[in-house]
Amino acid sequence: MKYVDEFRRRDLARGLARAIAAEADPARGYNLMEFCGGHTHAIFRFGVQDLMPENLRFVHGPGCPVCVLPVARIEKAIELAERHGVILCTYGDMMRVPAGKRRSLLKAKAGGADVRMVYSTQDALAIARKAPERQVVFFAIGFETTTPPTALAIKQAAAEGLENFSVFCNHVLTPAAIRHILESPEVGEQGRLSIDGFLGPSHVSSVIGSRPYAFVAEAYRRPIVIAGFEPLDVMQSALMLIRQLNEGRHEVENQYRRVVTPEGNLKAQALVAEVLTLRRSFEWRGLGTVPESALAIRNSFAAFDAERRFDITPSDRGDVKGCLCPSILRGVKKPTDCKLFGTVCTPENPMGSCMVSSEGACAAYWTYGRFRDAGGTRRKREQAA
Amino acid sequence: MNAVDKRFATRLDTRSGGIDMSHGGGGRATAQLVAELFMRHLDNPLLNQGNDQACFPAPSGRMVMTTDGHVVSPLLFPGGDIGSLAVHGTINDVAMAGARPLYLSAAFILEEGFPLAELERIVISMAGAAEAAGVTVVTGDTKVVEAGKGDGVFITTTGVGVVPDGIEISGDRAEPGDAILVSGSIGDHGIAILSKRENLEFETEIRSDSAALHGLVAAMVEAVPSIHCLRDPTRGGLGTTLNELAQQSGVGMRIREDAIPIKPDVAAACELLGIDPLYVANEGKLVAICPAAKAERLLSVMRAHPLGRDASVIGEVVADEHAFVQMETGFGGQRMVDWLTGEQLPRIC
Repeated sequence: MKYVDEFRRRDLARGLARAIAAEADPARGYNLMEFCGGHTHAIFRFGVQDLMPENLRFVHGPGCPVCVLPVARIEKAIELAERHGVILCTYGDMMRVPAGKRRSLLKAKAGGADVRMVYSTQDALAIARKAPERQVVFFAIGFETTTPPTALAIKQAAAEGLENFSVFCNHVLTPAAIRHILESPEVGEQGRLSIDGFLGPSHVSSVIGSRPYAFVAEAYRRPIVIAGFEPLDVMQSALMLIRQLNEGRHEVENQYRRVVTPEGNLKAQALVAEVLTLRRSFEWRGLGTVPESALAIRNSFAAFDAERRFDITPSDRGDVKGCLCPSILRGVKKPTDCKLFGTVCTPENPMGSCMVSSEGACAAYWTYGRFRDAGGTRRKREQAA
Repeated sequence: MNAVDKRFATRLDTRSGGIDMSHGGGGRATAQLVAELFMRHLDNPLLNQGNDQACFPAPSGRMVMTTDGHVVSPLLFPGGDIGSLAVHGTINDVAMAGARPLYLSAAFILEEGFPLAELERIVISMAGAAEAAGVTVVTGDTKVVEAGKGDGVFITTTGVGVVPDGIEISGDRAEPGDAILVSGSIGDHGIAILSKRENLEFETEIRSDSAALHGLVAAMVEAVPSIHCLRDPTRGGLGTTLNELAQQSGVGMRIREDAIPIKPDVAAACELLGIDPLYVANEGKLVAICPAAKAERLLSVMRAHPLGRDASVIGEVVADEHAFVQMETGFGGQRMVDWLTGEQLPRIC
């Protein structure tokens, strides 16, 4: 299969593993944060960690748009569906994320709310066209990757005069999140969390290019390698980071050259800039309030902004007690550090978003990797009992 | 059948007619539907007796009974339809005990307004599948629900069969050291269905693998009577089935991704949608677990059968108190193959 099999070849993996083992300096550790949930998923699904030397650790970052959405925003979506009777169109992952009081979009749907899973904005537009008498709201989430389709959908709705369509916009931005992590006390002063370098996001970068990450290398003096999603991409990027660290370099490098350019997709950027604008600040699950880290709909398209069309009461609910998602999202704790992991919190009964999303660290760890710590988890259970 | 025909003033309009509430009333309309549609195509002596039950001599030996509800959507898909699927599915559940299937029952829940032409096509398909398999649908039932209360048609089939002596096949019989085999490529059925879902249409020539496996099973148990487990990986796919068997037997499993057959089209579709093929449904495949010493023989018998051409040994059973199913990835790393959580959903970015 083109463009997939080539990037999963075992012989190439072995070659890269040998090179990594040869070049990794045994006298130091390499803590590499993979920002993107997609990378976390790839690492676990293909068992990339098994091919790395002991002194290389992947630190899982917050690049999972489902995971970083605060409970309050999900509550708003649920309210739109339940109290305002809209057809709420959402991506599949969002449906099971727990909000306050164990509710979720999936449970709201089971209770009669018209929540529909869609695969793209085009599906939501189609629903709006077919049901002109109903209000249709698209629950837009995602990093920069999914902003062009959202912007396009709003433009299309405007052009068609599709008045029953609106977007509940929750897009968040990657460079701001990376900066926030590097500025956080754990990384900065306390030094509790060591991040030596970053594997930069693949498809976010296809939109924004590799240039926006320059500050990571220059201001924070960390190497960052834009890495593709395939396991070989991850390995090659790890090797590139090891080399930079060994050589004392801190640069932006692009491993995903087959897709990412320095300036990115200019047409997409222009489209997004036309429709969406920077929010002054936005609350992220786990990261807290992050300035200039999210997008809202411009005034020129206010008619299609669900937050302005509907009066949605803000709620103040937080995470479940004991849920370590906030710390896990920042890379400070591992899923196995959480008392709820595997006991109360499982994919069937998730307590937090990290366990729900297919790209969440807890979900990845539980689904693909919990055999590694099986003894540990059992011991914890015995201790807790 | 002439006596039956005289009861009804006009023939059932299977060209442009639809199901209405009277067809479920139990009166003349029901009788006509049963006679001119079901009995006409499913046609066999036991069914034609026209009773509410079928009476047959009890076969000697141990009997097997199974039941399935079929709610597939769309009703018609590349490689089959709800009718043939129902027949194959129930025959297979009987066969997974190593049993020879004998009779089926079929209960229909029809939605008011469902086109008779479509229903007839489904029943003809069932009849064809049953005949090809050498099995008869000997009794049935028909109910009608109001429009909006049913998705066109739901079919429930029950099957009975007989297990030959000396065959002890059960999900709790896997032992450490046993070999794990699969009869062919995974994911065909689920992807065929997905390719026809309204908002996911993509061009592919993938056809459902829906098929009756009792012939393959008969050849297998004859050559290797000591088979421990058989199961067809339907809903939830291979991954779920292996976990079920591991749990039932209290063992672990270690499989190799490279050894699992998958068609390139299916793999590509799964990549596109972000779906793990390990969890995609199959309707014409089986998993077999047998003593290691018999694996080679079993494999060659399977490969000699048309429905087992791509059979493969994919791993082995190990002792593991956690009953984990682990897989060596094509890449050389290790990952768990966990139970499927909820329904598989495509990734978002």
